[in-house]
Amino acid sequence: MLNKLKEIADNSEKWLSQASNIDEINELRVKVLGRKGEITQVLRGLKDLDAGERASVGKIANQLKERLENMFSSRTEEIKSQELELRLARESVDISLPGLPLQRGGKHPLTLINEEIRDIFLTMGFSVAEGPEIESDYYNFEALNIPRDHPAREMQDSFYISEDILLRTHTSPVQVRTMEKLAPQLPVKIIVPGRVYRRDDDATHSPMFNQVEGLVIDKRITFGHLKGTLMHFAHKIFGEDVKVRYRPSFFPFTEPSAEMDISCVNCKGSGCRVCSHTGWLEILGAGMVDPRVLQFGGYDGEQVTGFAFGMGVERIAMLKYGINDLRLFFDNDKRFLRQF
Amino acid sequence: MGVSINWLKQYVDFNWRAEELANRLTMAGIAIEGIDQEDDDFILDLDLTPNRGDCLGMINLAREVAALNGSSIRMPEIAIKENHENINQYIKVGIDASDLCQRYAARLVKNVKIQESPAWLQKTLIHSGIRPINNVVDVTNYVMLECNQPLHAFDYNLLGNTILVRRARAGERFTTLDEVERKLDNDMLVITDGSKPVALAGIMGGLDSEIHDATVNVLLESAWFLGPNIRRTSRKVGLRSESSIRFEKGTDINGVIYAVNRAAMLIQELAGGEVVKGIEDVYPEPRKELQVTLRPERVNYLLGTELTPSQMRSYLEQLQFPVKEQKGNFIVNIPSYRPDIEIEVDLIEEVARLHGYDKIEPGLPGGETIPGGLTPFQKFRDEIKNIMSPYLNEVINYSFISEENFQRLLLPQDSNLRNVVRIANPLSEEQAVMRTLLLPGLLENASTNLARKNENLEFYEMGAVFYPAESGLPLERIRIGAVVCGHSDVNWTRHRVEMDFFYLKGIVENLLWKLGLEDCEFVVAKDFSYHPGRSAVLKYYGDELGIIGEVHPLVLHNYDIKQRCCAFELDVEKLFAHKRTRLMVDKIARYPAVERDIAVVLADEVTAAAALKAIRDAERELLKDVVVFDLYSGEQVAVGYKSMAFRMTFQSMERTLTDNDINSSVNRIVDRLQKDFKAELR
Repeated sequence: MLNKLKEIADNSEKWLSQASNIDEINELRVKVLGRKGEITQVLRGLKDLDAGERASVGKIANQLKERLENMFSSRTEEIKSQELELRLARESVDISLPGLPLQRGGKHPLTLINEEIRDIFLTMGFSVAEGPEIESDYYNFEALNIPRDHPAREMQDSFYISEDILLRTHTSPVQVRTMEKLAPQLPVKIIVPGRVYRRDDDATHSPMFNQVEGLVIDKRITFGHLKGTLMHFAHKIFGEDVKVRYRPSFFPFTEPSAEMDISCVNCKGSGCRVCSHTGWLEILGAGMVDPRVLQFGGYDGEQVTGFAFGMGVERIAMLKYGINDLRLFFDNDKRFLRQF
Repeated sequence: MGVSINWLKQYVDFNWRAEELANRLTMAGIAIEGIDQEDDDFILDLDLTPNRGDCLGMINLAREVAALNGSSIRMPEIAIKENHENINQYIKVGIDASDLCQRYAARLVKNVKIQESPAWLQKTLIHSGIRPINNVVDVTNYVMLECNQPLHAFDYNLLGNTILVRRARAGERFTTLDEVERKLDNDMLVITDGSKPVALAGIMGGLDSEIHDATVNVLLESAWFLGPNIRRTSRKVGLRSESSIRFEKGTDINGVIYAVNRAAMLIQELAGGEVVKGIEDVYPEPRKELQVTLRPERVNYLLGTELTPSQMRSYLEQLQFPVKEQKGNFIVNIPSYRPDIEIEVDLIEEVARLHGYDKIEPGLPGGETIPGGLTPFQKFRDEIKNIMSPYLNEVINYSFISEENFQRLLLPQDSNLRNVVRIANPLSEEQAVMRTLLLPGLLENASTNLARKNENLEFYEMGAVFYPAESGLPLERIRIGAVVCGHSDVNWTRHRVEMDFFYLKGIVENLLWKLGLEDCEFVVAKDFSYHPGRSAVLKYYGDELGIIGEVHPLVLHNYDIKQRCCAFELDVEKLFAHKRTRLMVDKIARYPAVERDIAVVLADEVTAAAALKAIRDAERELLKDVVVFDLYSGEQVAVGYKSMAFRMTFQSMERTLTDNDINSSVNRIVDRLQKDFKAELR
């Protein structure tokens, strides 16, 4: 009987090592350890033995059964992991193939820059005001201290709808509209993004372009605040290392007026084609709101002061994105749009 | 304007090199755009702001330099040898329009010899962009460049002994020096010889009285004309001259005499002749001294500086403005050559720019701040762009279009969309009317891109369209529109989505769903610009939000587009008015969902929407969801019929559903389809 057990053990070991898949092992397990399996047969034969022999052979048989069970399960694990490895190897793909192309839309670069400008001012407590693109002469000129025949009207040749209605030439009319709405509340702190129109069409002028205007009115607003606010803006949008300078300028609706230049983003101020070799780029106009304009808006220029500023969004976008041709913005070529 | 540094040095001393000078002037508000070297000289390219027209004169520019380096200017001395005759024997000046011409001075130089100017004078003029003509005309131009006072020289013998300044008569005709006959109107100012015009005041002289080679007696005009009137006339006749540019911006009414004397003196030097004694100077209402009060505390209040009153005073004195102190304030006499200074803030700017803008400390406004932010409508527009942008590229088109588009879009003559806001002075017919819809711009975008072989397009635009109003300003509505064509990018998988009607409808449905407007109905559209069988109007409880569809093949043809394009256009303001915040309506069920598919044969005219509605109506309780998952017509389905397959999801909040539950629901649904549409189960 012991020989029989030994034979079962040796055969099982041999067959197990030869088995190549889980099915074969399972078959073998049934044959050896199953209810009608070889070991079971042996154990059933124990009852024919005498008590002493029965105990020793029974012990050996049970040990063998346990050993075989362990062998079967470890061999099963081994084969499973071999099979998994094979499957993984079989399933490998060329990971260098491109991913499934999703639709790739995007916002227009001018929208992106507009949002960037807007967000900087929003965090500084500004609100966004808007006004009509077709304006009255009054809001576009008169109330901004630009009477008829003022030479400044020439700076911005206009598209007229009728004698008194025109396509706004700047976003500044919204200054007065907002003041009228809010006066005498303080503070006024708005930016005004929007499309504007001038009768000019060449390589560096588009008959339609975008501006962002700003207006702050409160008690004790100073030219220093203008400088500080716009300097903060310049650093946020062009980087903290950009240098800023202010030059006197002229706008009919501000006095004193200033032009803000930043050190050239291309050459860092050493002089290049982008900055016409001056090292500086003009990026926005600003000034203290003219008391006459405050009055048009319903505020007393003795009691409150304010500053205003305006910038061309295309110019900022060109500098930020390295775009060298204004026309690209309105040409709407897919090859251009897809880059943003 | 080009300014010679050597010439400038005749009036003021400075040790700055050209670049330093340019920088100082720029930082003081006199922008120098560039510097050109010429032999031993540098020419500064001046870019003046419109308020500083005075610096078109060298002497005034020299005043700026003097103010910056604390020196003072040298005015050329006047030394004229006058004869013993009297100007009154020769000329009598009258002004009939003293509102437009507030001063007119005339001087006579007899027996001159007209010839070429000396080289220095010609060179000076050429640097300044003025063509040399002859010694007399060149002198008038030279003095204009020097003093910013335009002068005119008449051939006295062709003129007679009277000058009368008056408004032109309506329809009066006059030929200017450039040999163009001008038709005048009653708002224009002319210089006449008593009867007929001899000059268009401040703009250009007449052909009949110009200086020519045989001229012997020269009558010099130095006058002050009202800027706005000169500007208006100049625009109306389409003629801008060095003279009109200066008058427009305002000249120095008290500089009139110096300039005419300076010219007489130079003519005498360069063309010989004798200067007749005296000046005929008509100046009915001499300019009143303009005094402006400057309050030192106001300067610091506005600038945020801590300047002392004496600092402020010294800046004003550097500008040679006479200053008196009165009760702690400064009373400043504004020189007549600075017509740009009218009120206190103008003086504050002068103080600020001489102090230097860069020396003013930057700060941030303090005090109470109201939190900023966007209005709900502004946020809404952002939201729409955010929803669109993953799928579509945003374009920005001009707001004006060509009227021809309406023809191309097949709009009937009486279409409301043809009722446009028209630009009175467009740059071209292509940009003559304000758009009433976004579609033409989008189709043009598709057309140009396809012509450039940019295939597969997906564009959207958000912007205003414009309609005439009964009164006041035109109406502006914000819209969103899109155009798509082609399919998604080529790739190695088999997934390539065709960007057709249903693709675009998916984009619109996604938008509507996100705005809480999924109840929106798509109703068959009748629109001239769209395919009649492939377009729909979007209706939200009866309110038309816009249209979606395949563009009509004839319209595509009109835009040179050779493939199918789909487009939509929606009213953003209506979307905003209807938008709803999404609420969590569906509870998450704890019991399993069961799916069942059915395929039924339906007549072609039964729409998916109608079938889906019938299914939902038939089982309101357990049916969670139903979608169309297949659509087939062809073999095995009779002509005029289609097979439509639905996947239905059943679920209960209370229990696990049994086969019986589901079978009875499905039977109810099938019965309903049979009853409503004579549908047959496949």
